[in-house]
Amino acid sequence: MKQVILTITENTALTPTTWRMKLAGDVSAVTAPGQFIDLRLDGHFLRRPISVNDVEYGTDPDGGDGTVTIIYKVLGHGTEEMTHYLPGRELDVLTGLGNGYDLSDAGEHPLLIGGGVGIPPLYLAARQLMQRVRDGSVKDVTVILGFNSEDEMYYVDEFEELGCRVAVATADGSCGVKGFVTDAFRALVTECGSLCIAEAFGDENDPDSEPEYVRYTHFFTCGPEPMLRALYKEVYEEAGISGQMSFEERMGCGFGACMGCSCRTVTGYKRICKDGPVLRTEEILWQK
Amino acid sequence: MAEVRTISMDNTIPDTRVELCGITMDNPVIPASGTFGYGYEFAELYDINCLGTFSFKGTTGEPRFGNETPRIAECPSGMLNAVGLQNPGVDKVISEELPRLAAVFSKPVMANVSGFSVEEYVRVTEKLAAQDMVGWLEINISCPNVHGGGMSFGTDPCMAGEVVSAVRKVTDKPLIIKLSPNVTNIAEIARSCEAAGADGISLINTLMGMRLNLRTRKPIIANVTGGYSGPAVFPVALRMVYQVYDAVKIPIVGMGGISSAEDVLEMMMAGATAVEVGAANLVDPYVCRTIIEELPVTMERYGIRSLREIIGAAH
Ligand SMILES: Cc1cc2nc3c(=O)[nH]c(=O)nc-3n(C[C@H](O)[C@H](O)[C@H](O)COP(=O)(O)OP(=O)(O)OC[C@H]3O[C@@H](n4cnc5c(N)ncnc54)[C@H](O)[C@@H]3O)c2cc1C
Ligand SMILES: Cc1cc2nc3c(=O)[nH]c(=O)nc-3n(C[C@H](O)[C@H](O)[C@H](O)COP(=O)(O)O)c2cc1C
Ligand code: FES
Repeated sequence: MKQVILTITENTALTPTTWRMKLAGDVSAVTAPGQFIDLRLDGHFLRRPISVNDVEYGTDPDGGDGTVTIIYKVLGHGTEEMTHYLPGRELDVLTGLGNGYDLSDAGEHPLLIGGGVGIPPLYLAARQLMQRVRDGSVKDVTVILGFNSEDEMYYVDEFEELGCRVAVATADGSCGVKGFVTDAFRALVTECGSLCIAEAFGDENDPDSEPEYVRYTHFFTCGPEPMLRALYKEVYEEAGISGQMSFEERMGCGFGACMGCSCRTVTGYKRICKDGPVLRTEEILWQK
Repeated sequence: MAEVRTISMDNTIPDTRVELCGITMDNPVIPASGTFGYGYEFAELYDINCLGTFSFKGTTGEPRFGNETPRIAECPSGMLNAVGLQNPGVDKVISEELPRLAAVFSKPVMANVSGFSVEEYVRVTEKLAAQDMVGWLEINISCPNVHGGGMSFGTDPCMAGEVVSAVRKVTDKPLIIKLSPNVTNIAEIARSCEAAGADGISLINTLMGMRLNLRTRKPIIANVTGGYSGPAVFPVALRMVYQVYDAVKIPIVGMGGISSAEDVLEMMMAGATAVEVGAANLVDPYVCRTIIEELPVTMERYGIRSLREIIGAAH
């Protein structure tokens, strides 16, 4: 964790309610996708935790010339306030918070599933996994993105540009599969033997190519808790694929000092801000 | 931040030392219980030996998960918390946390004790007092008394006195009794603790409050109510420290909303010998170090040569 002053270089609306902000400065404390940063805003006592969407480290050995990108949804007073911040403004930010996703468990065919405001952290994960595709340790990366409707969609093109296979679900059916990410997941997998065999990804340009079925090896997800619960049941329990899920909790400090964000897990009590926000499916204990 | 060094009119550095219940501290700044864990999150950021001392997380007889989440809600200039005394229990604190702490902190530490019965306070105090690292015991009497109908020990002078006399029997180390502000007559409770053998009083703990979520129309905090703290409560805390200073002779550790060196001076003028900094640590992890660095210059600005000379100056 590092407390730094970052300078806003971009703050633009991607949809009527979702904004992207780029911040320049020392981002060297950001070490993994799925980590978050905690922004101090004018007129608000507590900081606002927002996931790292992307990070560039720059060339300065001290890390002073990097950039971190966040994508935020306008929810209450703090995120509304953020939309008024102009490039050039400096923000006090705690960087490199939380554990993040462990990509070493991705296997050859990782699946990334994001819902709404949970999509941003998956972008950096996807980008790093696509680097592994080029190294050969990962074969392909499939991404399922869930939105309420077409006009709330963002970043679909960006994931496609990385080279990921992208499936979209919208609750109102205005784009992609009608329903939730679990419906898109079901549409991807076929019934040949096991639920977790994905649809063939033959060569689209070659009508004679044989479909090749793949078994998803691991999944990474972030999104609202009902979505996480549904994925836990369908992808982990029923389809038997292990994964890593990123959780949200109201935070006091964001760096492990106040016990404001604790949860129970199979391996004991954990702090979402420090021991999380990413938990493994094997350790999750759902409450209620 | 650049190191702050100042030379006063007579070429001496302003003296930030204070004496709290027989132990001399380099400065009066103490991170408050529950906002500093067991120190290591902060020790990763800076050398925490610059602190006067710190008060570690409230410790109970048994391990506690605490309340369900959400435990935190934002408020104007502050926050509500309902952590519910999550801690690993006194035995694990002694076997695991204190040895880890010893690696990063070499000053006497303040052990914060909680309990839900007089017997639990006694047991936890006795065990913690036996640890060499522990300099002071801060007895948090804001917890509900499970045998007394759930009313907080700290809201009744008799119950408060009962806890103090019981823990007094098991240790000679300085006992600082931490009072709840959720009472009508704070001076009376403080006097009762002093009469029962307390060596000092610390105050204030958090003020009971609540917030609602307008969308769900329900409380934000799972526990419904939480404790309000942060800069907003400073005037309330200052008033209570002032009143307690008039009521007792033992030293006072003042806290509630402190976030700057000027706040420290003001709290000491009201009657505090030392101060604790709580919620401010959560939003600015370096705040205690910054306050300590800025104390000498701030003292100069107000013509203060030694902090000891301003304790209770407002009276
Ligand atoms: C680890 C983590 C990563 C997150 N990543 C993103 C992201 O990438 N993009 C994004 O849009 N949002 C993200 N969130 C949610 C984001 O923190 C909240 O939407 C934001 O704090 C709301 O602030 P507000 O002032 O607009 O809302 P208000 O409701 O006015 O906020 C009041 C208080 O409640 C807290 N709060 C409210 N909602 C949440 C929530 N869902 N989670 C945590 N605290 C909350 C606020 O931080 C603040 O302290 C993340 C949350 C966590 C915990
Ligand atoms: C998150 C949090 C946890 C706390 N936990 C404890 C505790 O375990 N024991 C205790 O005596 N006080 C606890 N407190 C109270 C503080 O030590 C302090 O008395 C109070 O917050 C007022 O100071 P402040 O306004 O500087 O925060 C806690 C406060 C906060 C914000
Ligand atoms: S928010 Fe303070 S410990 Fe997680």
